[in-house]
Amino acid sequence: MTELERYVAPTTLAAAIDCLKDGEVTILAGGTDLTPQTRAGRMRIKRTLMNIRRIPELKGIALDGGAIRIGALTTITEIMDSALIAKHLPVLVETCRHFASDQIRNAGTLGGNLCNASPAGDTAIPLLVLGASVELASKPEDKIYRRSIPLSEFFVGPGQTRRSLCELLTAVTVPLPAPGHVARFHKFGTRVGLDISTVSIGIGGTLKDGALAAARVAFGAVAATPLRAAQTEAALEGQRLDAAAIARIAAVARDEVHPIDDVRATAWYRKELIHNMTKRMLENVAQA
Amino acid sequence: MSPKHDIEFALNGIRQRVTVPATMNTLEMLRDVLGLTGTKYGCGEGECGACTIQVDGVSMNSCLMFAVDCDGRELTTIEGLANDTRADALRASFVEHGAVQCGFCTPGMVMQADHLLHKHPEPDAETIKAGIEGNICRCTGYKKIVDAIACVGCTNK
Repeated sequence: MTELERYVAPTTLAAAIDCLKDGEVTILAGGTDLTPQTRAGRMRIKRTLMNIRRIPELKGIALDGGAIRIGALTTITEIMDSALIAKHLPVLVETCRHFASDQIRNAGTLGGNLCNASPAGDTAIPLLVLGASVELASKPEDKIYRRSIPLSEFFVGPGQTRRSLCELLTAVTVPLPAPGHVARFHKFGTRVGLDISTVSIGIGGTLKDGALAAARVAFGAVAATPLRAAQTEAALEGQRLDAAAIARIAAVARDEVHPIDDVRATAWYRKELIHNMTKRMLENVAQA
Repeated sequence: MSPKHDIEFALNGIRQRVTVPATMNTLEMLRDVLGLTGTKYGCGEGECGACTIQVDGVSMNSCLMFAVDCDGRELTTIEGLANDTRADALRASFVEHGAVQCGFCTPGMVMQADHLLHKHPEPDAETIKAGIEGNICRCTGYKKIVDAIACVGCTNK
């Protein structure tokens, strides 16, 4: 087992990626997850601690062609305060309001929240609904190489993603939603602030004649990763959202998830929550 | 043994040069290295807000922040706010409303309230409650704290 030997704070993306080649690097951004994880002994800092907060290329929110590009270092507060995000991706702002506390939102970053890969991670749910992708940068030789993968394929398990040890998550891109797109986020917990989701739900699609087209549904805290719910999506697609259809879709949602018992809730209770909250959210969408 | 690193930053307007272990957090640096004990250790995992400070003008949990990441930044702690006239009204309002009981949460609460009032100079009760979600008062004197912050907001009108 290697011990922490050095701390580095590169100021360019190229330097940061070069450093990753060592393979034994712990990446520090906001620190709001890394600190409690390492102090509690759930995670160990590797040979190199690399602070990426001084890399300007990882910051900023911009409209880039038909997509919004959010730099990995963007804090949760910066997302909440962004006029661009409020205009095009209001569900992301709504989600961020339920994220931890002001102090943590001021420090915690979007890239960190995704790379931490908690099954209950808040930002993953609306981003799955919005069809977001993550951009991963590496430097196999002299040039920086970037690949993009859909967020729905990014998570592998608790704390595990498809990011390889020599890659850095540089940005999240979200295609501009189609006109008439509606999206909702609901997080169930026991208190307003600083709660880890018991379950979280995201629902989105283009509302036309009382039905959702290109429907997407994402669930958090019911599996090893945040996930898209294919069966619920199929049940929802194009269905006029009357009471009977909503009841049917909510039942499909309950049967689709296979959560576990843990300190926050039993599996049974989580399935009930998924059913009842999905129903309530669809009733809300039907009235939009 | 964690490697040490030299950092330089502004603390309450004064330049500081410190050598810190790479894994030390900012709260430990403030209290144990620099001797500023106004910032409190409550939970050590960002749940209670007793360690709230301001970094580059925004509030953060100093227990969650690596000390090495202070390099090049501007920190304000409760000791800095104590000598700052802009916080006079906030301090007076906490005293006037009896918003201090045991006092342990007070430094963090005041740092967070100061940040809140910068962002929302005239906050309503809901904005104040949302703003101090990350600060726990175990004497549960929240009403007086919210009233104290609201009263500063009133005088900002």
